[in-house]
Amino acid sequence: MKPFLPFESRLVPIPANDIDTDQIIPARFLKTTSKEGLDKQLFCDWRYEDNGDPKPDFILNTPRAKGVEILLAGDNFGCGSSREHAPWALTQFGFRAVISTSFADIFKGNALKNSLLPIIVPADVHAKLFAAPDDTTIQVDLATQTITLPDGQKVEFPVDEFSKACLLDGVDELGWILKKQAAIAVFEASRLGTVNTLAE
Amino acid sequence: MSGHLRTLSQKVWDWHLVHEEAGAPALIYIDLHLVHEVTSPQAFQGLRDRSLKVRRPDLTVATVDHSIPTSDRSLPIMDPIAAAQVNKLEQNCKDFGIPCYGVHSSHQGIVHVIGPELGLTQPGMTVVCGDSHTATHGAFGALAFGIGTSEVENVLASQCLLQRPSKTFKVQVNGTLRAGVSAKDIILKLISNIGIGGGTGTILEYTGPAISILNMEERMTVCNMSIEGGARAGMIAPDDTTFQYLAGRQFAPKGADWDAAVARWRQLPSDPGAAFDREIVIDGDTLDPMITWGTNPGMGVSINGAIPDPSTVSDPMERESLTKALAYMGLEGGKPILGHPIDVVFIGSCTNSRISDLRIAASLLKGRKVSPNVRVMVVPGSMEVKRQAIAEGLPDIFRAAGADWREPGCSMCIAMNGDQLRPGEYSVSTSNRNFEGRQGKGGRTFLASPQTAVASALSGVVTDVRTLLG
Repeated sequence: MKPFLPFESRLVPIPANDIDTDQIIPARFLKTTSKEGLDKQLFCDWRYEDNGDPKPDFILNTPRAKGVEILLAGDNFGCGSSREHAPWALTQFGFRAVISTSFADIFKGNALKNSLLPIIVPADVHAKLFAAPDDTTIQVDLATQTITLPDGQKVEFPVDEFSKACLLDGVDELGWILKKQAAIAVFEASRLGTVNTLAE
Repeated sequence: MSGHLRTLSQKVWDWHLVHEEAGAPALIYIDLHLVHEVTSPQAFQGLRDRSLKVRRPDLTVATVDHSIPTSDRSLPIMDPIAAAQVNKLEQNCKDFGIPCYGVHSSHQGIVHVIGPELGLTQPGMTVVCGDSHTATHGAFGALAFGIGTSEVENVLASQCLLQRPSKTFKVQVNGTLRAGVSAKDIILKLISNIGIGGGTGTILEYTGPAISILNMEERMTVCNMSIEGGARAGMIAPDDTTFQYLAGRQFAPKGADWDAAVARWRQLPSDPGAAFDREIVIDGDTLDPMITWGTNPGMGVSINGAIPDPSTVSDPMERESLTKALAYMGLEGGKPILGHPIDVVFIGSCTNSRISDLRIAASLLKGRKVSPNVRVMVVPGSMEVKRQAIAEGLPDIFRAAGADWREPGCSMCIAMNGDQLRPGEYSVSTSNRNFEGRQGKGGRTFLASPQTAVASALSGVVTDVRTLLG
């Protein structure tokens, strides 16, 4: 993973609440054993006609979406299935952040592990961003946990401090966990385990 | 942590705390890791890329459920991508020394059905799986939750996860359910009350007389859909019902180990007076059969209720979501859902595919015929459920009624395996999600109990099962 640096981008708004991971990437594409090539399947059923032609009025198919790195979505983004394919598809399409008022727990955790920043903003800021002109550019700075709007308004957003450190350093959790193997071994020595899946 | 009153989930958390330090989430030990074909291949690849082993194959078990066909198992899997994924899991398990109940195993089944039936799921455990319906195992008083593939890799490598504690949310269900009302209706009612995001950041604990009286399979139905209210997990305190279910199962402790385990498990229920961050009360006495009308599981009403009318909603984004859901579903706000024609009935999924679900379905179908306009699929949750159903003669009842009896798997709940709705079709499904396209692109799902599903299969329209009961 690369360190998560400050960036600025325009917004792609999808004004719907409760966008579930079955919409972000439908289940029929989960038969893959790879993480690659999922960008084409992002929002597939909202994005393409049955014959595979792009739906011209869906925002990701419009010139406005070209090169944009921030998705602006309604409340409770990413609910439903635990599929990590959802943040994989979003980042492969080019998104580095999603702005909403709230995120589903599993999606939020998955996103943070894939350098996709879930940015939680208050309802008034959320509404302001949805009402903003198409060319509105937002600055995102993870280190200070702020987004900056074109009028200079700075909005702070919450991020788990550990996830933030991992993102800023460009490292994942597993390296940290593996450094705790001594503590894990101590725990295992006194643990009252009642299952052995290998037992005949 | 002793000295103050703790809830069930806090006790399980405390039992599994490996390491805590400032600036990081707690490191929590995982007792049981369930693995399936869809969310694991990239995790195994991650282990290979770092030259890591699976730390505790003896606390890990795999099966195939999502991608596999529910047709004749003696035939090869026709979808080459699904076949490759199934083969990949079996190879990964072989390479990393993990037991795998593959396509031809007598223990194969939906991961959340086989864990409990094999006695792998036990009270006080931490259970994870790369699947959001892992909350099912909370029915045993386990802290069980779904994880993504990165976390699957973390658990394979370390048997641990980094976690922040969740808030606690008590769901008190009072009274006694009336005839025709089931565990599924309790959970659909809860989700319709709190909304699909209402439980975000919390662990639900279901309690009260209407919960205590449920059998283990009914408790699993309730806990299973905790995620549909946004909750991380859903739990029920273990009691004699739990212990009776577990006793004698293949992986349950035996002899003196069993007695010691039960003594320990009896410490798990929330301390009287323990504080919860949130509480809600549901009245079981007045609960009606529930059904969803929309495109998320929170969009539900009593079976006799009306579909909401967007013109009565003030919040613009909420109104837009409602309008969009009704357009997708081809429904009109303000109208009743009762009597709406359907094309398919699906009885199955990790929510409602256990033997008690099939017994209820068979009892209502016996001596009757499903509507000629409706395709009815009955998909057992596991090979064990299938064997038991055959021993009781249930498949004959299903077939005689005109229903299709299939092989075990997730099937039309997630529609990855060819079992799916055609565009525009309506189903009454005993599964857990009604998202757009969930049961097939363009398909429209009404979620309900097995009782409601069968009653609707018989009439060909959404039906209140109570009209069938004497």
